[in-house]
Amino acid sequence: MSYEPPVTDYDYIVENCTCAFCGCNCDDLDFLVKDNHVVAVRHACRLGASKVMEDLDQRLMVPMVRNEEGVLTETDWDTALDTAAEYIANSIRPVFYGWSETSTECMKEGLELGEYIGAVLDNQATICHGPSLQAMQNAGYPIQTLGEVKNRADVVVYSGSNAMNSHPRHLARWAVYPRGYFRQRGRFDRTVVTMDPKFSDTAKCSDMWIGFEQNGDYGFYNAIRAVIKGKKLQSESVSGIPAEDIYELVDVMKNAEFGVLFFGLGLTHTLGKQRNIDIAIKMVQDLNAMSKWGLTPMRGHFNVNGFNIFMAFETGWAFGVDFCRGWGRYMLGETNTIDLLVRKEPDCFMVVAADPGAHFPNGANQHLADIPVIQVDIHWGPSTELADVVLPGSFISVECAGTSYRMDGVPIYMKKAIDKPETCRDDEWIIRELKERVMKLREETNVAEKYVPNPIMDLKRLEKEE
Amino acid sequence: MEYILKNGIVYDPQNEINGETMDIFIKDDQIAESVSDDAKVIDVSNKIVMPAGVDVHAHVAGPKLVLGRLYRPEDSRMGVSQKTKIERAEAGFSIPCCPTTGYRYSRMGYGTVCEAAMPPLEAKHTHEEIATIPNIDINPVTLFGNNWFCMEYAREGRIEEMAAYIAAMLRVSKGYGVKIVNPCGSEAWGWGQNVHGYDDKAPYFDVTSRQLVVALAKANEMLGLPHSIHIHPNDLGHPGNYPTTVETLKSIKEIKKSTKKAAKIRDQTVHNTHLQFHAYDGTSWKDASSGADKVADFINHNDYVTGDVGQVTFDETTTMTADAPMEYDLFQISGLKWANKDIECETAAGIIPCIYSPKTPVGTLQWAIGLELFLLVDNPWQICMSTDHPNAGPFIRYPRIISWLMSAPRRMEMIENGEVHKWSHKRTGLAGLDREYDFYEIATITRAAPAKIHGFPDRGALTPGYKADIAVYDVNPNDFDPSRNPEMVERIFTSAAYTIKDGQILVKDGDLVATKPSHVIWTDVKGWEREEAQVLNEMMPFFTQYYSVKWENYQVHDHFLSNPIKVEVPAK
Repeated sequence: MSYEPPVTDYDYIVENCTCAFCGCNCDDLDFLVKDNHVVAVRHACRLGASKVMEDLDQRLMVPMVRNEEGVLTETDWDTALDTAAEYIANSIRPVFYGWSETSTECMKEGLELGEYIGAVLDNQATICHGPSLQAMQNAGYPIQTLGEVKNRADVVVYSGSNAMNSHPRHLARWAVYPRGYFRQRGRFDRTVVTMDPKFSDTAKCSDMWIGFEQNGDYGFYNAIRAVIKGKKLQSESVSGIPAEDIYELVDVMKNAEFGVLFFGLGLTHTLGKQRNIDIAIKMVQDLNAMSKWGLTPMRGHFNVNGFNIFMAFETGWAFGVDFCRGWGRYMLGETNTIDLLVRKEPDCFMVVAADPGAHFPNGANQHLADIPVIQVDIHWGPSTELADVVLPGSFISVECAGTSYRMDGVPIYMKKAIDKPETCRDDEWIIRELKERVMKLREETNVAEKYVPNPIMDLKRLEKEE
Repeated sequence: MEYILKNGIVYDPQNEINGETMDIFIKDDQIAESVSDDAKVIDVSNKIVMPAGVDVHAHVAGPKLVLGRLYRPEDSRMGVSQKTKIERAEAGFSIPCCPTTGYRYSRMGYGTVCEAAMPPLEAKHTHEEIATIPNIDINPVTLFGNNWFCMEYAREGRIEEMAAYIAAMLRVSKGYGVKIVNPCGSEAWGWGQNVHGYDDKAPYFDVTSRQLVVALAKANEMLGLPHSIHIHPNDLGHPGNYPTTVETLKSIKEIKKSTKKAAKIRDQTVHNTHLQFHAYDGTSWKDASSGADKVADFINHNDYVTGDVGQVTFDETTTMTADAPMEYDLFQISGLKWANKDIECETAAGIIPCIYSPKTPVGTLQWAIGLELFLLVDNPWQICMSTDHPNAGPFIRYPRIISWLMSAPRRMEMIENGEVHKWSHKRTGLAGLDREYDFYEIATITRAAPAKIHGFPDRGALTPGYKADIAVYDVNPNDFDPSRNPEMVERIFTSAAYTIKDGQILVKDGDLVATKPSHVIWTDVKGWEREEAQVLNEMMPFFTQYYSVKWENYQVHDHFLSNPIKVEVPAK
């Protein structure tokens, strides 16, 4: 890293902007704007700052439609939207995937369209923190806001998460370094533990590094739980960690005044998957009998939590909700994007603010290549190569305002700082347009003639007796 | 649009109309003295006409609701039904999703619901959900009972600053009133502890719940808010907790009710919510018994107190409360999946599924205590219908509760045929109570009293000029004996013949015929601007240092408000 002199050539500053990168949603950013472009960002980490400042890098500027030769060609908005609307209207098993890098306002339009047409709505949780959601449905979910961590936490554990690299300001703003109300000496008042097979950058600035074996997560947590409950370990080491070290760690955890476990994909995607999180949640619950503990999944995209929250209050389920029958169905392994694609079910795929081309397994992407794919995004990515229609959106929190939910569930209204490129449109507008066009092309599917209450409502019992 | 509801049998307790046959006129969104000849006539002869229901206390929108939905997909699956041309697909039983909540309230003839706990930090979330709930107006009350600033003001006795702070926070969070949950207890939960009794101190804050509650009540009356303090006292759900409840209510006795216009509608200076959970005698669950008679006796002798019951309905439900330590206690008893959410500097929340079974002693005891409270409090204006939805049961069970209240034989039948556990009569006095509610009293506890308690100047009655929020139920009270037909009572109140909201027919014969966006009701205190600015100025360094968001991003922007109804509380 070389020295970069501070930027002094700017027109004005927009304060308290929100970072649209990771799940930290840092809302204390100052954008330095010159000629309708953010030339510098104050307070942000390198990830956030570069995303905001390099917003025109590989930017999708104009709508495109794949022509008969299979080449994406630029076109006008009407043609692109009509083509996309036709693809959706002519499909019988559409999947709308993504949503984690756009606002809840945009999701609202998408859900309306999805319910109308009978689509599956899913987000990136299906390939990242899905196991965490699954585990919380098994075991519970003791969480806290990040301010609570700042003010109270004296023991902070990162498990399977290299926050230093993935959520760089997480340590600085909340978990490790800041002076909290009850932690006035900041870093010196906290014990930081990193559990990771790798000696990561987060481990480097921790007080304890527990480098258990790869895929040793479940066994290791199991051992911790046993020790918490006063049991003696039978073997000399568990998952490659000597028994004494586990006793020592449990001692630290039990004596915490306020402990927090942050876990990332290192825990959700090793052998055991959601069972790892199950047992981590159980461990936190056990610890609450003698101390105060909470946990928080280190959500990746800035609004990935927002989609789960949004879907939960709109439909009752967090992700992978299938409306094809006229009511919501949620069944992991059945109504999730990867499973659907691998089974070659979808016949139309809309990806909104996500990049399946880069992240999905090959088998899933192979099917994507065979069906119409509509991409609503701001940047070029492998998904663009799969797309048949490309609709360039705008950058939430920079060019367009919207609501997002931080990893701990705190909602933030991300304001607009500059104008979007003239040829682009807001995500919300694009999806609304699509919705209206689809509605013109096709009748609503699977509408019941009359409302039939669910038997659980117990009206049946009364009717029988009539 | 103009309507005449012709020949209905009207129950309107606020106007002391008890079963008179009369016409109700609707002009646009209001009830009118008269209408023109073009008015559409709806024949409701031999049907009951009441103001639309007002729910005094329910949890229908907000972060902990969503947490419940996120981690209980099994509950969402329990209530699914297919979409129609009018309504979206339904989902959920104890914690239905937002659209479903609105539809189900509408079918029961409800028009207004109080969302009983809104943490200011996540108020935007609550408002997003309110905007998603159709058909009912919602007034969210803001949580102050474990707020660090309030605790500091209470300790230092700075009531005026506290009042200014409340005024500012109501505007920031777009809240309606002052909610207190387990004062000091949820703060203690920040360290895994709880407070025990009314005179226990929150750790590090050197302030007792008594000091805090009294200060909040004084500040509330100083501002002259439309609603009194809305309190969930300490020791919820613990055997032997009734003295804490009585102590809490007693401590408000000397506080004078505000004489300001907005506060004139209500009579009370304290509203104690879900009293059932706070009326236990005994020392442990082994010897627990009902303390309902003592609590009811206190309410009967003190007209500055109102309450709602929190009636247990024998369902599988999801308990969720800002009383987080209590939820952890429940977890240790039941071992079911436990969720928790602590919110910095403000509050905490806990969630756990709960199965209230009539076969278990504790569930039955709670059921009986709830009914006892309904039957022992003499004045129906002082006790309201609630299940503390979803804590003691889902709101769709209100009609069933009504059937229990209207039918002593049904209650005795449940006790005698062993439908409920024997603690129902061995540990409570329920078997000795033969009081039965009539339709007038039911109208009082489900609409008139809740509206009055919340200080609504525009609903809860059929007065001309009020909102045209009306429910019609298909029964002729003159040739119907609710005491002998409890199941019919339940059926009648489950599906309204008509639900009219803001002059628009939403439900006909129990089916939705239309939906409309909801309104959010919030309180805007005027005339405290200087004090508010001073208080905010003083708190700002603290806020910047110890909150995790910026002040600008903390406030609820107008963008989030769904058709707001602003209740202005004029200058001092």
